[in-house]
Amino acid sequence: MYSDKVMDHFQNPRNVGEIPDADGIGVEGNARCGDIMKIWIKVEDNRIVDVKFKTFGCAAAVATSSMITELVIGKTIEEAEKITNTAVAEALDGLPPVKMHCSNLAADALKKAIEDYKAKH
Amino acid sequence: MKTVYLDHAATTSVRDEVLEAMLPYFKDSFGNASSVHSFGREAKKALDTARETVAEILNADFNEIIFTSGGTESNNLAIKGAAHQYKQRGTHLITSAIEHPAVLNPMKELEKEGFTVTYLPVNEQGIVSVEAFQNAVRDDTILVSIMHANNEIGTIQPIAAIGKIARERGILMHTDAVQSVGYLNIDVDDLNVDLLTLSAHKIYGPKGVGALYVRKGVQLVPQIRGGAQERRKRAGTENTAGIVGLAKALELAHREQAAVVPKIEKLRDRLLEGILQIPHTRLNGSRTERLPNNINVCFEFIEGESLLLNLDLKGIAGSSGSACTSGSLEPSHVLLALGLPHEIAHGSLRLTLGRDNTDAEIDYVLECLPPIVERLRQMSPLYNG
Repeated sequence: MYSDKVMDHFQNPRNVGEIPDADGIGVEGNARCGDIMKIWIKVEDNRIVDVKFKTFGCAAAVATSSMITELVIGKTIEEAEKITNTAVAEALDGLPPVKMHCSNLAADALKKAIEDYKAKH
Repeated sequence: MKTVYLDHAATTSVRDEVLEAMLPYFKDSFGNASSVHSFGREAKKALDTARETVAEILNADFNEIIFTSGGTESNNLAIKGAAHQYKQRGTHLITSAIEHPAVLNPMKELEKEGFTVTYLPVNEQGIVSVEAFQNAVRDDTILVSIMHANNEIGTIQPIAAIGKIARERGILMHTDAVQSVGYLNIDVDDLNVDLLTLSAHKIYGPKGVGALYVRKGVQLVPQIRGGAQERRKRAGTENTAGIVGLAKALELAHREQAAVVPKIEKLRDRLLEGILQIPHTRLNGSRTERLPNNINVCFEFIEGESLLLNLDLKGIAGSSGSACTSGSLEPSHVLLALGLPHEIAHGSLRLTLGRDNTDAEIDYVLECLPPIVERLRQMSPLYNG
């Protein structure tokens, strides 16, 4: 059902945790639907230097959260904003169709964290 | 890798004795039971013997047993067959909110045809109230269908009491007993039922075969049209090997019930006690009015599919009422009927034991489960522990 990459990120999620002095925080999803992702970003000189996440959800939700942290570290804010949910799914060698809309929300959470950063800076 | 199967409410393996009883009917005794020649007579004899066995265990008559392709077909035949047959008498049906989809979806189809259906709620323990049933009965009620024991939370429903009232009011009573066979008394007279659904694969028999008990005098409109098999109630060449397997599985389950069930219940109780030691964990459904092999718990702050996959990586097979495992966005309708909020219902785990589970397996699950729950909680934005 899940690709090897999804299972790898699900079993060994990268960058789990919180950043106490984060420059931006984003939350996407809701507990009613069964998926919530919260993401913290640290920004220096317009570049994302650290990312952490916490996710309540299925394997697809955990894997997409983990994958986006890998995709985004070192990127400029402009580059990070261009990352889409589809790109995250592609980086994981795809997701089962039923998961594409409900659990694929990492890019939306990241966008909210960037908005939060921009509002503060 | 070590594997522990704790999903017996989903299905069971075919027992050696059952397989052995079935094997001759695939190849050597392959005849069509409707044929006149010796091959056909041999198959017919096997069907008769199987029917006698099933009838005897249900305290029914030989002619009251219809073989089908499984629990789903039996439920469809009972509900749609009776509703269509007796619609001149009335068009009101009663069922419960926690039935299996194989009951709920035929009911919904009948609603589209013009029938009215009352879905009885359950209390927070997951039990249908006899009083609520009594209050729901109308002059035009023709059929009530309440499951004997729930497939998700294992709660045992007051079938005999509901059946008694139904009979007094001239209403047909159906029960889906797929989950209770082998664990509870399924005497159709004790239960006061007119229709009762059975399935083979939940009791160490083969998949694709089941039965429907139809009380003498009850007529059903066939749902499958064709030949005159099964007293014209269910067309199609009989699945001889499967039916022989069903009868053998039922015979063994019935004979061994008194010896095996206490053993399973003891293991279940130990597993449940251990699981409830995990903080923020609750049991779903009644503690007492419950199948002896069923555990259904919710772990707050985590999601069921993640939990199942982590258990699977340890070789432990369970199931969940999480939306992600049902192919829909909604978590289990049974858990929601108990009044659980969505986010809690997403974190459910069902473990159902069987006759071959061991103390060592229970130890292993109790060793693996708490760290998995803790790890998922540490990852959860809902958890502040």
